[in-house]
Amino acid sequence: MRAVVVFFAFGVVSLIVYLVAAVGQVSPGTAAPAKVAESENLDESVARVNEWFRRQWGKEQLTPASPADDLTILRRLSLAMIGTVPSMEEIRSFEADPGSDRISRWTLKYLKDPRFADYFSERLARSLVGVEQGPFIVYRRDRLTSWLSEQIQADVPWSETVTQLIASEGLWTDSPAANFITVARIDDESEFDENRLAGRTVRAFLGQRIDCAQCHDHKFDERWKQADFEGLAAFFCQARLTIGGVTDKQMNDDNQPVVYKVMTPGQDDDPGREVTPVVPFHPEWVTPGGSLRAQFASWVTHPENRRFDRAISNRVWGLMFGKPWYAPVDDLKHPEQLAEEDALDVLGTEFHKHGRKLSVLIRLIVESDVFRLDSQSNPEIDPVDEKTYARQLEHWSVYPLVRLRPEQVIGSMFQSGSVRTIDQNSHPFIRLLRLTNESDFLKEYGDLGDDELLQQVGTIPQSLMRMNGRFTQEFTKTDPAALTASSHILRYSADDAAVVENCFLACLSRRPSPEETAFFVEYLQYKPDQSGSGIGLKIAPDELPNRHQRVQDLYWSLFNSPEFSWNH
Amino acid sequence: MKSINKAVEMLSGGSGGAGIPGSGSLSRRSLLQTLAALGVSFALPALSTRAAALRRSERPRSLITLWMGGGMSQLETFDPHPGTPTGGEVKAISTSAPDIQISDLLPQLAEQMHSAMLIRSLHSKEGDHERGTTFVKTGYRPEQTLKYPSIGAIATHELPDPQVEIPMHVSLSADQTFTHGGYLGNEWDAFRIFEPGQGLANLDPYVTKSRQNVRLAGVDIISRRFQRGRELPAQKTLHQDTIDRAVRMMSSDQLRAFQTDDESQQLKAAYGDTRFGRGCLVARRLIEVGVRAVEVNLSGFDTHVSNHEGHITQCRILDPAIATLIRDLRERDLLESTIVLCISEFGRTPAINATSGRDHWPNWFSCMIAGGGFREGTVIGATPGDIPQAKDAAPADPVSVPELYATILASLGIDPNYEMMTPIGRPMRFADASPLEKLVRDPAILQVKKSVEHG
Repeated sequence: MRAVVVFFAFGVVSLIVYLVAAVGQVSPGTAAPAKVAESENLDESVARVNEWFRRQWGKEQLTPASPADDLTILRRLSLAMIGTVPSMEEIRSFEADPGSDRISRWTLKYLKDPRFADYFSERLARSLVGVEQGPFIVYRRDRLTSWLSEQIQADVPWSETVTQLIASEGLWTDSPAANFITVARIDDESEFDENRLAGRTVRAFLGQRIDCAQCHDHKFDERWKQADFEGLAAFFCQARLTIGGVTDKQMNDDNQPVVYKVMTPGQDDDPGREVTPVVPFHPEWVTPGGSLRAQFASWVTHPENRRFDRAISNRVWGLMFGKPWYAPVDDLKHPEQLAEEDALDVLGTEFHKHGRKLSVLIRLIVESDVFRLDSQSNPEIDPVDEKTYARQLEHWSVYPLVRLRPEQVIGSMFQSGSVRTIDQNSHPFIRLLRLTNESDFLKEYGDLGDDELLQQVGTIPQSLMRMNGRFTQEFTKTDPAALTASSHILRYSADDAAVVENCFLACLSRRPSPEETAFFVEYLQYKPDQSGSGIGLKIAPDELPNRHQRVQDLYWSLFNSPEFSWNH
Repeated sequence: MKSINKAVEMLSGGSGGAGIPGSGSLSRRSLLQTLAALGVSFALPALSTRAAALRRSERPRSLITLWMGGGMSQLETFDPHPGTPTGGEVKAISTSAPDIQISDLLPQLAEQMHSAMLIRSLHSKEGDHERGTTFVKTGYRPEQTLKYPSIGAIATHELPDPQVEIPMHVSLSADQTFTHGGYLGNEWDAFRIFEPGQGLANLDPYVTKSRQNVRLAGVDIISRRFQRGRELPAQKTLHQDTIDRAVRMMSSDQLRAFQTDDESQQLKAAYGDTRFGRGCLVARRLIEVGVRAVEVNLSGFDTHVSNHEGHITQCRILDPAIATLIRDLRERDLLESTIVLCISEFGRTPAINATSGRDHWPNWFSCMIAGGGFREGTVIGATPGDIPQAKDAAPADPVSVPELYATILASLGIDPNYEMMTPIGRPMRFADASPLEKLVRDPAILQVKKSVEHG
């Protein structure tokens, strides 16, 4: 009996510890207030970006779409930076803010919001280490994302963050950047997979895919030779896993210098071919001294390395629009081959000029005209044909429709289900619920992993899940005891039209059209003896939904509309 | 109370809640039009029973993959070596195919071996579960820049059937290693069923038909507003199309294929009252209505400890299910048009470790194939009975996974060497090898007659 009590007590304590840990995880970045470079005046930089696009549209004889309304832009901003639609609370506060520059101020507000740092760090982590759990014990993905979140909040220049990722030494817990290296640990050995590290580094930080040059010269890009890949991989050959974490060993146990050897596949008796660390171009960018990894980092982040600034510009553009300026996000053209500067060059140059801070890049993009264009075509050339639309998309003269990523769908469902903003000030239970909901939802809905900027259409299982799944049921509950937004809206809205309007604002961040209002108000007021109702339905009296159920139906329609699942 | 006031304030907003703008007739007319349109979209096409009635060459071919997760030991299943240094405790038994012996843990399958072929010389370089699984499910070694489609996704992509209202690519007893669409897109991922024969998740709207209709009419109203000025882009989202297909599926008679209620108790017992057994029975039912590719998962083969006991447990589940599946398909005359493949991510070591287990062994492993015109009653490849010393030891008459898949695709009627343009701009062949004539009864079936239209 005593053993049972002890066991039970142990269970309770473990549960509490787990809950505390999980709640802690909800908001890792509560330490220091975010230091965003808001003093930076970006007007000239924004003007350069706008000028580039305007020139492009002129050259292509495309009329840009009209500017979108502010609420639509706020929705884009919130989805990109926080991963949810704006809350009712935020919409009210935004609308009460009269200034013409309110989008700019709200961008700064979001940049300082811990939700942004947490959300963006997860997005960036995907490009750095993917989503797999990785090697047991020596890899802590959660530590890496918390650290990234802190870097973002402190507005640390991207070049410094990247240097730490490539060259950090130490334990995966104390020196979280080292997880970028430990994720590539070879099973049960003290070495790391140099090929994987080289491939990932060049893709994530320079926006070029050289992975296939690992085995042969690049078939589709003759500039990358197998020797280039091997030379880059060699920079990681001294990294070792020791009791003190990741370190660089210049000499091996036999007191011989550690060198990188490439074996012929399938030939175990092959002594290997020695390869020296060498960069494929501009060797003068390598700062001598320090570990090989530190030297490599100095080359990657060198001020003149245009690839570095272009790569992050394209990725952040992708995260802000849901679609990179150039796809695939990490297979950019060689800058030397460009006849003239492209949008990434303009963005990259301005980003660089202002200290290579991610906050600057985000502000530059949000301030630009392109981010604020409508996704509706200009009526003058409407309806557009297939070819024109393709050109509009190619040159960004209209805001693209981009499918929300799974975490944005669940984030938006969760936020629409509450009138208050769900953030670090929410009750820990709510935050815990958000975390577990998101993880359960992603498992079932499908996580895109590090391919999340790939444009995909929805699937039938996803549709079924949004239509009939437990998340939709939970977030649309309207019974009097429910704490959902729909329940609040039903209780506190002045009249039926206000019910409809509030539901639309909570889910779609806009007001309903007259037709939409008419339809849903009629449904809310429908009586079975009503003949010729606008709804056109004959519902048997015993099947007649009550008011709560009708609002639930309205919420259901909103959750399942294309507008809810697409950024526009 | 304060929060309630705040909520009221928020909800009433600055505008104080607008009245109903515009009234009556105009919006009413448009609503009626909406419903008329809905009436059309709700009219389900009559279910064709013809597809289920077709047999043999008239019938489009299908693929059932029985996935043995964790690394099935070839020695305890399809390639026993009793009495040798690698043999362990396994015994070999004769089968209905002359000259073929398999493990004594598979007595029921032994009676069906005249309908199946064994390949004992598959090989791989991937000894990690995740990487091995990716390789054996796609025929391509995993790489960071491109995700390859599983063979089931390719089959579904290439051989559509508009008569089928349920997903054409299904994974039963699914786990996280379910078969993906890879670069073909996530719409080609397998439809996952975790508990086959036990009801379906997310297919019940939980509301009356009339409420469901109002809900869908509501979506339609909101969609129309959204389409204004975005006709083409909105159409390209395929959102409505996906909803229509989901609704069509929710009310389709073909959903019955996921249930086993109308099967005899005797047959259900023969498959085995296990998740895997039920999965195999559901797989047959799905194939019958025209589903193209079904995967049934059985995990638990990662026997680093007590390998023999582990395989006794696993084979008690596998044996009745796989044997009954082959027999059932044959008796319904569906075996000729269905390929049944039983395969794993790798095999297990010839040597037995200190904890009586066997570890990962990609150097060689076995698979079983029945139906679809594959040469039944034969064995391809051979492996030694002594413990190999060389790290890169290889089997005799090796067959690579890409060769196996090229042969399966060709026998399904798909050109395995068709080059598909991938999203990263690299053209890729469906299978990185040529079909092997020695695997099929009549090499003529490998001549892909119709070339599939690629848009």
